[in-house]
Amino acid sequence: MTFVLRRLASMVPVLIGITLVAFLLIHLIPGDPAKVILFGSNATPEQIDQLRTQLRLDQPLWRQYLDFLGQLLHGDLGTSYLTQNSVAHELFSRAPSTLVLTASALLVAIAVGVPLGLVAGTRPNSAFDKVARAVSFLGVAVPYFFLALVMVLLFSVNLGWLPAIDDGTVAGLVIPAVSLGWGYAAILTRLVRGRIIDEYRSEYVKSARARGCPEWRVLLRHALRNSSIPAITTIGLQFGNILTGAAITEVIFGRAGLGSFLATSITNKNIPVVQGAVVVIGIGYVLINLVVDVIVGAVDPRTRIAVGAS
Amino acid sequence: MTSTTTSTIAIGPVVVLDKPSATTRARSVLGRIALAVTIVFFLVLLVAPGLLVHVDPIATGDDILAAPSAAHLFGTDQLGRDVFSRTIHGAHPVLLASLLGVLLATVAGVALGIAAGVAPRWLNTVLMRAVDVLLALPVLLIALMLIATAGSGVASIVLAIGIAFTPGFARIVEGSVRRLRSAEFVQAAYVFGSTRLRTSVRHLLPNLVTEVVVLGSSAIGWAVLTATTLSFLGLGVLLPQPDWGSDLAAGATNLSIAWWLSTFPGLAITVTILLANFSGDYLMTLLDPRSKARFRLFTGGRARTGRRVKEPVDSEPEVA
Repeated sequence: MTFVLRRLASMVPVLIGITLVAFLLIHLIPGDPAKVILFGSNATPEQIDQLRTQLRLDQPLWRQYLDFLGQLLHGDLGTSYLTQNSVAHELFSRAPSTLVLTASALLVAIAVGVPLGLVAGTRPNSAFDKVARAVSFLGVAVPYFFLALVMVLLFSVNLGWLPAIDDGTVAGLVIPAVSLGWGYAAILTRLVRGRIIDEYRSEYVKSARARGCPEWRVLLRHALRNSSIPAITTIGLQFGNILTGAAITEVIFGRAGLGSFLATSITNKNIPVVQGAVVVIGIGYVLINLVVDVIVGAVDPRTRIAVGAS
Repeated sequence: MTSTTTSTIAIGPVVVLDKPSATTRARSVLGRIALAVTIVFFLVLLVAPGLLVHVDPIATGDDILAAPSAAHLFGTDQLGRDVFSRTIHGAHPVLLASLLGVLLATVAGVALGIAAGVAPRWLNTVLMRAVDVLLALPVLLIALMLIATAGSGVASIVLAIGIAFTPGFARIVEGSVRRLRSAEFVQAAYVFGSTRLRTSVRHLLPNLVTEVVVLGSSAIGWAVLTATTLSFLGLGVLLPQPDWGSDLAAGATNLSIAWWLSTFPGLAITVTILLANFSGDYLMTLLDPRSKARFRLFTGGRARTGRRVKEPVDSEPEVA
């Protein structure tokens, strides 16, 4: 328990940093942000002034940040100046769809990557291993947005098995999830394969075999269990990339989620939305890695000391 | 290792059980070929795409949506433009953005990493905390953030890749510097009155070159993916200009009637990333057999929120 608390306390500086990055974002715009945002929209000077007040750009910098932080603690991420809706509301109403896609892609990555790495790792340099290695090398290289289009071409246009755009059904989720998850499956395959080969050379595997432990038990109870820690850590670290990947995949398949919303916000220079997204994704990523550390701590008590130490 | 003659070639980071036999040697030959092919491929596409194709990539024609043929190797698009020419010329913005972006990130990351590594403890803490915050954000999100403020275009993508990749480089370089700092030759330099700057440039930097080359080269594949993702979203070149990412996106609308529009730019991206990764792996095994830096980059690095454990950086939990 103290481990979890220590770990929680150590998150605070990073969380503050993330809010600072999101806050400073608007000041990275060269020139007057209000003018840049309204550039080309025939805004009157009054409207520019109004936006400046709305964005609190007329206040001193520290005051702006404290206001930003204060609002954040109340769950208020500001208002989108295009629709005048609450950014928090807009983001959270779209988040479930993105999270479903992220989780499905993660599931594909684990369901494909772990068994593939397991079998390849137990038979290094076999034909299966060579195929698995080639597939994972390719998996890392094929961009997911290209894979998505190839799969649509193959399974929707030519074979007619799956819907080409996301219609809200499970079938409609297959192509987005598989195309996004594939690259991460490839990373997991490489990782698990390497770990299994390492574990097979360890003393405890030798001793388990010497005790007459059946081979499947050696693999699943001993080798896999010890390989699972780096695998879980990697999944946690990849979470942010899968999440942003899911956002891009949504744009391709016309899913109404965070991605398409964020993409239009960027082209419209809708900074409050981008700021909100940075805060939400950043915090989400930190929380996921907290969960990962707690899981790893539960699986392997040794890491409880190492991760949150002093 | 039987082949401990003059060569420094060793087995890769993915553990191979067999002895450094014919397979390893064959792989190193293959790696050398891949590296040569990559360099030639990148150079020709960047500097002289005209060598490969004479058709103007933005010239429209009457032959609309023609399938691949002898006249148009990769077919034509909805405006009758030659897809082969667009694919060859589309390499320019992608490679330029990725290579310059990685170069920028390497220079900035090395400078930041060395500065933090030799800095007094409080400054090191401030700098590395800032790096931790940036590492907590996905690379693509940082890139999108920057483009949201700086506007779209190839220059913005260079900047976006440069800044998004910097924290990962800085984190690794800082670790190496902290390890090197206690080395005798560095201590000796300080004893002889060498300043921090002089020590950094004359003594630390040369010892980091190998690692930096490996880091930089293995980041190129990832940078190509980032650059094409951004241009896929329409944040790259302006439209009549060819670009793999935007051409791939444009072809998607005609996917059911003209498969060649998206397929060839997509294949070009895949081949480029494959070549870059293969060369990166080869350089890594050639220069630094133990390095796992490449995978740390791929995973975006880790935001370590706890205070640093007093351990040599070598024994960090292996990330991938």
